[in-house]
Amino acid sequence: MDVFEILLTGGFWAATLRIATPLIFATLGELICERAGVLNLGIEGIMTMGAMSGWMWVYMGGDLVSGVMFAAFVGGLFGLLHSQFVVYLGLSQHVSGIGITMLASALSYFVFRMLLPDATTPPKIEPFQSLPVPFLSDLPFFGPAFFNQTAMTYAAIILVFAVWYALYRTPVGLAVRMAGENPMAAEAQGIDVLAVRTGAVVVGSAFMAVGGAFLTMSAFDAFYFGMVNGRGWICVALVIFASWKPGKALIGALLFAGIDAWQVRVQQLPGVNIPYQFFLMAPYVLSILAMIIVSRKALYPKALLVPFRRGERT
Amino acid sequence: MPDILKLVDITIRFGPLVANDSISLSLGEGEVLALLGENGAGKTTLMNILFGHYVADEGHIEAFGERLPPGQPDAALNRGIGMVHQHFSLAENLSVLENITLGTESLWSMRRDRKGAREKIIGLSKRFGLVVDPDALVGDLGVGERQRVEILKALYREARILILDEPTAVLTPQEADDLFETLRTLVAGGMSVIFISHKLHEILAISDRVVVLRRGKIVAETETRDADRASLAESMVGRSVHDPKGEPMAPGDTLFELANVSLSSARGFGRLDNANLVLRRHQITGIAGVSGNGQQALASLLSGNVRPDSGAMKLFGEDVRDTSPLQMVRRGVGRIPEDRNHVGVVGEMTVWENLISESVRSVPQSNKGILDFKAIRENADRLIADYDIRCQGAQAETRLLSGGNVQKLILARVLDAQPAVILANQPARGLDVGAIAYVHGKLLEARARGAAVLLISEDLEELMALSDQIQVVFHGGLSEALDPHTVTLRQLGLMMSGQDGSGEAAITGAAS
Amino acid sequence: MRLEPREHSSTRLTLMAPVAAVFVALVLCAGLILWTGENPFTAYALLFKGSLGSRFALTETLTRATPMILTGLAAAIAFRAKLWNIGGEGQFYMGALAATWLGAGVITLPPWLMIPFLVLTGAMAGGLLLLIPVILKNKLKVDEVVTTLLLNFIVLLFVSYLLEGPLRDPMSMGWPQAAPVIDEGILPPIMAKSRVHLGLFIALAAAVLVWAVMRFTVWGYEIRAVGHNVAAAAFSGISVNRTIVLTALISGGLAGIGGVGEVAGTKGYLTLDLSPGFGYAGIAVAMLAALHPLAVVLSALFLAAIYVGADSMSRALNVPTYISDVIVAVSVLSVLVSLMLTRYRIRWR
Repeated sequence: MDVFEILLTGGFWAATLRIATPLIFATLGELICERAGVLNLGIEGIMTMGAMSGWMWVYMGGDLVSGVMFAAFVGGLFGLLHSQFVVYLGLSQHVSGIGITMLASALSYFVFRMLLPDATTPPKIEPFQSLPVPFLSDLPFFGPAFFNQTAMTYAAIILVFAVWYALYRTPVGLAVRMAGENPMAAEAQGIDVLAVRTGAVVVGSAFMAVGGAFLTMSAFDAFYFGMVNGRGWICVALVIFASWKPGKALIGALLFAGIDAWQVRVQQLPGVNIPYQFFLMAPYVLSILAMIIVSRKALYPKALLVPFRRGERT
Repeated sequence: MPDILKLVDITIRFGPLVANDSISLSLGEGEVLALLGENGAGKTTLMNILFGHYVADEGHIEAFGERLPPGQPDAALNRGIGMVHQHFSLAENLSVLENITLGTESLWSMRRDRKGAREKIIGLSKRFGLVVDPDALVGDLGVGERQRVEILKALYREARILILDEPTAVLTPQEADDLFETLRTLVAGGMSVIFISHKLHEILAISDRVVVLRRGKIVAETETRDADRASLAESMVGRSVHDPKGEPMAPGDTLFELANVSLSSARGFGRLDNANLVLRRHQITGIAGVSGNGQQALASLLSGNVRPDSGAMKLFGEDVRDTSPLQMVRRGVGRIPEDRNHVGVVGEMTVWENLISESVRSVPQSNKGILDFKAIRENADRLIADYDIRCQGAQAETRLLSGGNVQKLILARVLDAQPAVILANQPARGLDVGAIAYVHGKLLEARARGAAVLLISEDLEELMALSDQIQVVFHGGLSEALDPHTVTLRQLGLMMSGQDGSGEAAITGAAS
Repeated sequence: MRLEPREHSSTRLTLMAPVAAVFVALVLCAGLILWTGENPFTAYALLFKGSLGSRFALTETLTRATPMILTGLAAAIAFRAKLWNIGGEGQFYMGALAATWLGAGVITLPPWLMIPFLVLTGAMAGGLLLLIPVILKNKLKVDEVVTTLLLNFIVLLFVSYLLEGPLRDPMSMGWPQAAPVIDEGILPPIMAKSRVHLGLFIALAAAVLVWAVMRFTVWGYEIRAVGHNVAAAAFSGISVNRTIVLTALISGGLAGIGGVGEVAGTKGYLTLDLSPGFGYAGIAVAMLAALHPLAVVLSALFLAAIYVGADSMSRALNVPTYISDVIVAVSVLSVLVSLMLTRYRIRWR
């Protein structure tokens, strides 16, 4: 098989969807925050916390679905914390975000180690099983490629449409977008900007945590230290690449995941002598390239990073 | 006429400053009430209280007979009060329809009624002559169109009281006339209007009654037909203010000139088309025009921020097309920026740090890269005294200074270097009358000393009073020099909107 | 609730802010310690004993603080210019790489030349690495937060490749580690029978130097002006791009020197786990020091005490060693709030 024939295997596409799933959740989450005008650099930590919380819920005896919801809840809590600092107090979004990532990561490792002090190899849980879509999963090639994923992957795709609809077709989505473009105008029209921004950050953070939970509850079955491995930062780049649009976020995540899935398979081809570290570098290098391509003309939400103080008018 | 709006004893304090002091006023149905006052008198604060952006410390408001709960913009909106802000409250990346419908549907609702909204907007557009495309992005609209969107926002919510805050600040005289037409139509249909302005001729033209605010208190209230400019001006200011005027002086040699200069708008600094400009010693050249027609380009060229695409640019006879802001400052160009708070000074730095921002790299402020604090301190103290900058000493943080004192700081910094050419970009905007007189005085002093001044201003009266010659800018074209003693406001207004008095294709070089 | 700016922020308040923040962090984390079933007072006592309570503990803390002073300075000067350099970790490793590549036998010079040579090349390596995201930001408007972060991962993988390949020490029996720095390049110990080495003096000197530059020079003035308000700085004639490039070279350079110190001072050779996150810790150090270069020294010492002490404490009690990371993270967030309180008053309505 050569490098390009890989693209023709069903396994490649299935892997692409699987790798893309946490990216979709987290990118959508960050997208919602930024659309409301808030940069959430807590994403890496929140994903880690989501991964640990969901997994721990199941390990302690809960079921998978409520585990995901618990992860979302925990993520939302960290989002709430971030909003208190940056939305209510108007503090530096960069510093608060970095602090939240540090806190969420540290807490997830602390809690994990506390509840499982003796585990040298991380224990496993029973993860989500694949849910083949009736009829469609029997199609040649397309079946195993696209329609034999776990529930969370299907949920991610549906979420893309849901977020698009919410942002563009509902009044609350319009309020979120306005909060990120001109919060003073939004306030003048009766919108409680602080509440809308906080809500967006909480919901976005919940999605980020679910993205992390996918790693421990669906893709793998255990929690490893450092397992998020920079995916959160990659999603921040993907949001810019997607011009803050849900549809483009899906495309970006798939593109990215596809290249990652491809590079994993290329590494294993006979005759490939490039050290594996360079393959592992690919996602990070790509993210930088993606940002280079789009940044010059990027249409940032106008009020991104600008704190809003009630009653302050220019 | 029954009172549909009543403000009763409204008082609000910001620290030691009493911005509104026991203000009571009322508005009748179908009435146009003018709120007159200079900058800082408290008009905008009062309207912000009415609209729920601020909460008054004392007093209450009744609208249509019922008390208005304080601090809630949607309470005012729901009661039928609409406000057109001085700085438009619009999101440029969203469409007209989205801007107008924001907040009109419950946040819990699962869908937006875009079709119904579009129909309603188009209907309102037609009824009141406010033509605009609901699906256009606000960012693509011109200033006049954006104001129409602002008014439509209020009409869409069925406002019965419309508050306009300095609505003509950004309009040409003709656009202002169109606005007044619209207002008359609205009033004829039952709308009541509060019109905030400091422009006396507008107030006299459009209002039924005038309330004058000064330093937070109501000082006069009269029917418009009983009022005249002089009495209103005096009430507004409290004393007859002597705005300095320059003595006639013969212009000296040419210090700066632009010859057939063009700059493409794609460069991001505004646009100029074959512009000709000559700045001479002892002369103030005023630039009139609606903002966005080339003023930014002129300012950027003179500041050394951009190179002209074609044409000649000379300072003291030398070609300066390839230059930088630092070079222009070193060569003797003083620049008073348009945005004094965000570009003119660094708010978080101290007064002394801002005073040296342009001279920090040279002796005596620094020597071989090391700052000389003694020299800097002496310099700062001297300037603070000479220019009467009210602050808690040179160590004070600049963000705590009032607008007038920030401008004095900038003047001190700029004028102390005795520049030969001065760019004054909206130097008196937003200042109270005392500060305005001070700024004008300093510019005239510089002129007497031998400087050439380029004065860019949106205030036609200021231009007429100070300039030795006026040029109008429109769509990048610069008119020939006009004599402020002979040209009329009406002619200027026509030129500002692209038609000159005699009906010919107007301004040299302006693209049609 | 409303925030009202204070007329002037007294120096006393600004000095108290980090202290108050740390106190709050310790109180909140006491709750966590309680949850593990241990007594917080015992735990903290052990923590401070383990980091400051004996000569050995003190020297360990000083050793641990040395690289963090440098990465803390790196973050502080960058953040002062509002350059969000989160890439301290990568710049640290680049410095370590330079010291390894050039210091393991390629060149031999007498110590008084060799050491400055390694420090200089390490600084250059770190500075040049940060220059990449900065050029991308200047020319192409690419946000530096993500690019500096992603470079950390790339650099670490690159180091891994080098340690398993071209730079692998043939005498290491298969472990991925590089050849040791030659004797002439080793930073000598400055306290007998301890791991504290010359790097500490270099770090302290760097702190004083950075402080002097920020306060007394035109460069420092320009960096601060650009950090506060880019538009106003540009208007007054400051070349913003040049200022940011200068800041980047200094910032990356400092982190790089940190890497040199660890390779040529503490450990003697490069391994993949040379840094347990010094670059990231540097950010916390800088925040707790309110970006003040001299305060960075105290802040780094404090954080080093927390890390060293927590290691010791967790061996005796049932508290996971990660408590130190939690304390640091909570401190960062509390100092953000307490610094705000030095500039604003809260008015309850």
